[in-house]
Amino acid sequence: MSSEIEMIKDPGLPAHVHRSMDIDPKAAQRAERQVAILFILSALGTLLLIYSYVFVQDDIFIFIPVLGNMHAQQLGIGMGMAIALFCIGAGAIHWAKTLMPDEEVIAERHEFRSDDEDREEFVKTVKEGAAVAGLGRRPLIKRTLGAALGLSALTPLLLLRDLGPLPKDELTKTSWKAGTRLVTDPGDRPLRAEDLEVGAVAQTLPELAPDQHRTLNDIAKDAVLLIRLRPEEFNLDAERLSWTHEGIIAFSKICSHMGCAVALYEQQTKHLLCPCHQSTFDVTRAAKVIFGPSARPLPQLAITVDAEGYLIAQAPFNEPVGPSFWERSS
Amino acid sequence: MTARERIAGNVAGYVDDRTGAAKWMKKNLTKVFPDHWSFLLGEICLYSFVILLLSGTFLTFWFDPSMREVVYEGSYAPLEGLKMSAAYASTLDISFEVRGGLLMRQIHHWAALIFMVGIVAHLLRVYFTGAFRKPREFNWIIGVGLLTLGIVEGFLGYSLPDDLLSGTGIRIAEAIIQALPLVGTYIAFFAFGGPFPGEVFIPRIYTVHILLLPAIFLALITVHLMLVWYQKHTQFPGPGRTEKNVVGYPLMPAYMAKAGGFFFIVFGVTAFLGAIASINPIWLYGPYTPGQISAGSQPDWYMGWLDGLVRMAPPLETHAFGHTISWNILIPGLILPGIMFTGLALYPFIESWATGDKREHHLLDRPRNAPNRTAIGAMALTFTLVTLLNGGNDIIATTFHLTINQMMWFSRIGVIVLPPLAFIITKRLCLSLQRADRDLVLHGRETGRLVRMPSGEFIEVHEPISAEKAWLLTSHEQIAPLELPESDAAGVRRPAAIKNKIRNRISRATAVAVPKATETERRELEGHH
Repeated sequence: MSSEIEMIKDPGLPAHVHRSMDIDPKAAQRAERQVAILFILSALGTLLLIYSYVFVQDDIFIFIPVLGNMHAQQLGIGMGMAIALFCIGAGAIHWAKTLMPDEEVIAERHEFRSDDEDREEFVKTVKEGAAVAGLGRRPLIKRTLGAALGLSALTPLLLLRDLGPLPKDELTKTSWKAGTRLVTDPGDRPLRAEDLEVGAVAQTLPELAPDQHRTLNDIAKDAVLLIRLRPEEFNLDAERLSWTHEGIIAFSKICSHMGCAVALYEQQTKHLLCPCHQSTFDVTRAAKVIFGPSARPLPQLAITVDAEGYLIAQAPFNEPVGPSFWERSS
Repeated sequence: MTARERIAGNVAGYVDDRTGAAKWMKKNLTKVFPDHWSFLLGEICLYSFVILLLSGTFLTFWFDPSMREVVYEGSYAPLEGLKMSAAYASTLDISFEVRGGLLMRQIHHWAALIFMVGIVAHLLRVYFTGAFRKPREFNWIIGVGLLTLGIVEGFLGYSLPDDLLSGTGIRIAEAIIQALPLVGTYIAFFAFGGPFPGEVFIPRIYTVHILLLPAIFLALITVHLMLVWYQKHTQFPGPGRTEKNVVGYPLMPAYMAKAGGFFFIVFGVTAFLGAIASINPIWLYGPYTPGQISAGSQPDWYMGWLDGLVRMAPPLETHAFGHTISWNILIPGLILPGIMFTGLALYPFIESWATGDKREHHLLDRPRNAPNRTAIGAMALTFTLVTLLNGGNDIIATTFHLTINQMMWFSRIGVIVLPPLAFIITKRLCLSLQRADRDLVLHGRETGRLVRMPSGEFIEVHEPISAEKAWLLTSHEQIAPLELPESDAAGVRRPAAIKNKIRNRISRATAVAVPKATETERRELEGHH
């Protein structure tokens, strides 16, 4: 039955159709001129580039609809370059498409596989080579070589050891100590409770001794966000409530998910939102995670005031700040 | 013979005497390349890589890859007197003090985006047309390697200016490293030379970005192209085209002029984008400090899907025996991408296992004629698109007045529900298109001419399609499903029976097809009319 079914046949490569340029010398001349015009345009583009680089002043801005105010020099250099390059390309392709031969040709493919003979020869060569070297007969050499190669691979690992110090307890510590004053960031001014209105937010850092310099490493652990609510708005247990002062509550600003700065505070809902991955923390419930990928609340810093009325830390953070890590115990 | 020809001949002779290159050149200058617009996608990647090398070298002349603290004294007034890293300050200087510097920075960044778009588009072309099949599996794997390296290289590149946005990206990368069980903290401390952010990370990734990875790129691209050259390009099916030949244009001169011209076109378009379209305006972001951030923080698009996965992860962490495992970081940040890229790299082998097809293929498939493959591709694309959308969930939410919660729940559910749906719909669509092809061959093209018959009946006149078109629509091969023995001759179930049964079933699903129209059928139908 199947032998009777006739499939549709390959009609073969269609006959070549000549372009107007192939048969009409006028059309060919026209195409030649078009190519030349494109190359001339390219040259003009380069001239625009040179002119803009040398003569256009740095402080000139020109208004271009849609784009707005553009820096004239950058725009001139860029457009000159774009025109110069694009027109070379367009000219070359137009040349190829109109004037160069466009007859399709057929090339044969060859199988990649080597002849069976070559393959056998190859296998034989490898086998013989291995046999002559005596790898199989001399297990002692094989094993010691293996051990030596394996050991030598340790060298780069060992040499890379000094890339950095061991973590030790670095990730669990911050600069906050009992009695450290909270100072504004930026400004380094100590804060009193009355500096914050209800509903206000402040970014703070631990106060530095006069001779100390604050590095980004410090900020990456020490940044603390102060938020002032009405005390009755809190929904905290007695201990956590005692960590607040007159409605002011302090959290680590470093996200417990991946360490971004948790900087978006919604005054109406009293939610803190991390703009990186949208973990959302409820300020009234000690920064409990109410949405998003973070698995832990933001660490809360216990605060109070000192004798002069400035806000201070009651104690260091009681847990590591920032993203989780293997050695973290809770 | 003109004087010029004589000189050219002498030079060629001089070189050939010493290298014997003439034989090889003679053969390869007339090498045939098939023509199709989609074959340009890979070329775009190659050319944007060259643009990246050129513009990147320019940038290195002024960029100072140092995290040393400096006070800005340049001409951009809003940042005057601010403390920042030398990396950030020198990027500002490239943007404002060097003539054409901002242009080069923007060309470099645009070229990087085009490079990545090109790679992904090229990958989709190769995937959906089945160009990865034997003998081209090695090149597929190299391609997946280039894609992976491209993502890393791009990330390192936009991290170098040390602005507020890129510093936030590095912070996230550090958190992913730190989340690794057992060794995470150690690797993070080694990479950053201590706690985050430290003062060594930018100079270190600078070396990786401008030396190590470009060298690996260069090596892989060279092998990739040599294999294309040696194995000859695939071609789309059509009249006169077979598995045994290549139909196209010889390299010299037309193809050379076209490909060379195309380099200038890609460079020209990139320069145009660099001239008019602002990209990564780092002076608006400010210098990096870990205590600040801007709303709407977004990575470049090729990282977006990864960020989207991280955003939609459920808040899972395990605390046990004094240790923490952050599933909310490990699953979306490492495990899922690992599975995705491994699956991608192994796909050629998975498909050949499923179909049992071990032969060479040089003719491309029309995607509709490989419904299962096309459907799997659509499924993977849908998954990636949902995660990419979720990577911009904050921007989408504010633009379309949605809540971030609606976006997140859409993604969390969508990422599980939509890909299988895409699979089913795509497979059905492919089969429908096969049916349409069959109808077209058997009944011809609808001309839109209505004729009223003497009986009063209206019919539409159909015109037979050309022999070339009929061949194109029926030349594909339809592989019969595997029929591996599930029991031996005596009817006893063999130990391998279950494996064979699974393979048979997968192969049957892969082989689903609408029967091709045949000449016999065509003739029978003609008899009826």
